[in-house]
Amino acid sequence: MGARTIVFAEGRGLPMRGDDIDTDRIMPARFLRAVTFEGLERHLFEDERAGSAAAAQAHGVHPFDNPHYRGASVLVVNRNFGCGSSREHAPQALYRLGIRAVVGESFSEIFFGNAVLIGMPCVTASPDDVHEIMERVEERPETVVRVDLPSDSCEIDGVTYDIRLPGNVRDAFITGAWDTTGLLLDGYADVDAVAARLPYVGGF
Amino acid sequence: MGKTLLRKVWDLHTVRTLPTGQTQLFIGLHLIHEVTTPQAFDALRARGWRVARPDRTFATVDHIVPTRERRRPFLDVMAEDMIASLERNCRDFGIPLAGLDDDRQGIVHVIGPELGLTQPGMTIACGDSHTSTHGAFGAVAFGIGTSQVRDVLASQCLALEPLRVRRIRVTGALPAGVYAKDVVLTIIQRLGVGGGVGYAYEYAGEAIERMSMDERMTICNMSIEGGARVGYVNPDRTTADYLEGRPFAPAGGAFDRARAWWTSMASDPDAAYDDDVEIRAEELTPVVTWGVNPGQSVGVDATIPSGREAGMDAAAVADALAYMQLQPGQPIAGLRVDVAFIGSCTNSRLSDLREAARIVSGRRVAPHVKALVVPGSVSVKRAAEREGLDQIFRAAGFEWRSAGCSMCLGMNPDKLEGSQVCATSSNRNFKGRQGSPTGRSLLMSPAMVAAAAVAGEVTDVRKLVNQPEGAAS
Repeated sequence: MGARTIVFAEGRGLPMRGDDIDTDRIMPARFLRAVTFEGLERHLFEDERAGSAAAAQAHGVHPFDNPHYRGASVLVVNRNFGCGSSREHAPQALYRLGIRAVVGESFSEIFFGNAVLIGMPCVTASPDDVHEIMERVEERPETVVRVDLPSDSCEIDGVTYDIRLPGNVRDAFITGAWDTTGLLLDGYADVDAVAARLPYVGGF
Repeated sequence: MGKTLLRKVWDLHTVRTLPTGQTQLFIGLHLIHEVTTPQAFDALRARGWRVARPDRTFATVDHIVPTRERRRPFLDVMAEDMIASLERNCRDFGIPLAGLDDDRQGIVHVIGPELGLTQPGMTIACGDSHTSTHGAFGAVAFGIGTSQVRDVLASQCLALEPLRVRRIRVTGALPAGVYAKDVVLTIIQRLGVGGGVGYAYEYAGEAIERMSMDERMTICNMSIEGGARVGYVNPDRTTADYLEGRPFAPAGGAFDRARAWWTSMASDPDAAYDDDVEIRAEELTPVVTWGVNPGQSVGVDATIPSGREAGMDAAAVADALAYMQLQPGQPIAGLRVDVAFIGSCTNSRLSDLREAARIVSGRRVAPHVKALVVPGSVSVKRAAEREGLDQIFRAAGFEWRSAGCSMCLGMNPDKLEGSQVCATSSNRNFKGRQGSPTGRSLLMSPAMVAAAAVAGEVTDVRKLVNQPEGAAS
């Protein structure tokens, strides 16, 4: 458990512009009607993509439909990405599509935590840098984006941008301690001791 | 220097600091439902793990349940599959379940409090972002994803980053026709949908202190819509009075000991906060959302703002208005609605239904409006029926349904169709949220939904609040 280390992610980028992109948009609720996460990647942003009822309102090709970004490994987003519902179906679907890291201005806490537990780092960069990274990816979609955790950097076209990930989370990815279930199960006597000191557990 | 409730609860539930630097926090109550748990139970089976504390776990069904015909097996094969899966998992792992045929069934954030499972000073987790609701009792309650559900099932613990605390003091008294929903929508509008990231929101001030538990739950419920995963109100006499006599609440001498402990967990008067915000209650008006997130709202007597007026990114406002088919400068009042929905974990409790019934009493739903009331639990439904609220709603032309999440998120047959406009007492106006990819949601208080249902358009409930019954058409 948790022995897999995550040190970097690299591959094509996929820019998904917009602040406050909620998990209902990323994965509409009707696709949560299943007892597994399998196949969810087919429904990412479904209601705003080609062939959808809402696509007529949209301008241009949706990034997730754009053939230039097919096979991307690094998603690039703006502010408060993944807000709203706690549905892990959203990061699960991105991971299943092949996304291995997300670079953004900021993330919702629940989305961020879910992504950590499935091994998909969500790193932040300054708004200006995110803007530049998006432009570079849009100009040359075939270029490789590399998110490198030990050096806190994102490299594209030979240009390096500073990225941030809370130090402990970064170290957890690098050392393989990011999958916390095993850690939580260690030393269970300590857990019982905490439970024993809580008056409500003993019925007051 | 004193401590906040958050700090006290956090310290008391801390098991250790993990090698990741996160805190391992014991979870006092784990609430589960059918949508975010099947994969977690599969993970337990695959690893041969048991549920650590089935006695601190409680299950119900809410998200996917039909609200019209509850006979099993459901016509909806996938819903049947998900409910059957939860039933099997609860049986196999020894978890108590308030299933579809149980008098205790309902929306998980309605039944936890009404059963007395939710108590001050607890840590609570549930695979649903609106778990913040339980903070109304002075619990610290986290919405979590499915991998974390797996962790809590297996270990009764979560690995979490510490939170800062922002105190939001709602001072003064609310005017008539202005409700808890208007307070929280105003808070989100002012602080932004991402403004609470990294914070727990502590709601305080006279207006909050005067609120009933139902109202406090409405406020805490929508903390997450402001980006705050956790929101809470310090426990007080209102909290203890609510809990006394509930099935899972302590009784007799234990209740007295519990009450003393609950009081001790409240934030100290000299506690330090990372941020402090004041909202003046008397300045508030009924609020309606015009956009595609809960921060995009205006007072019912105002006009829809341009990007600059809204203090938001112009492109985001243009995108929201295009989706909503609205124009800047247009008054929000008078906007025609097709559907009126009273329900959801935000506003489906007895007091919500009473306020809405007070508005519709003696009036009729406009002919073009489809209106439905979905009580939050079996218990709320029965209590409302004992008071005759169902008769008032039915006589006015509302459908009277059974408990569930229903049209808040459209995972059951209750969905918007096409680009219908819905006056809704729920919590999210995201694109496609209510089950139609082009559906349009206007968030507002249950009383405002009732007023919109009657008028057939967005209307100021304050005009109806003080009118005698039957005075409006």
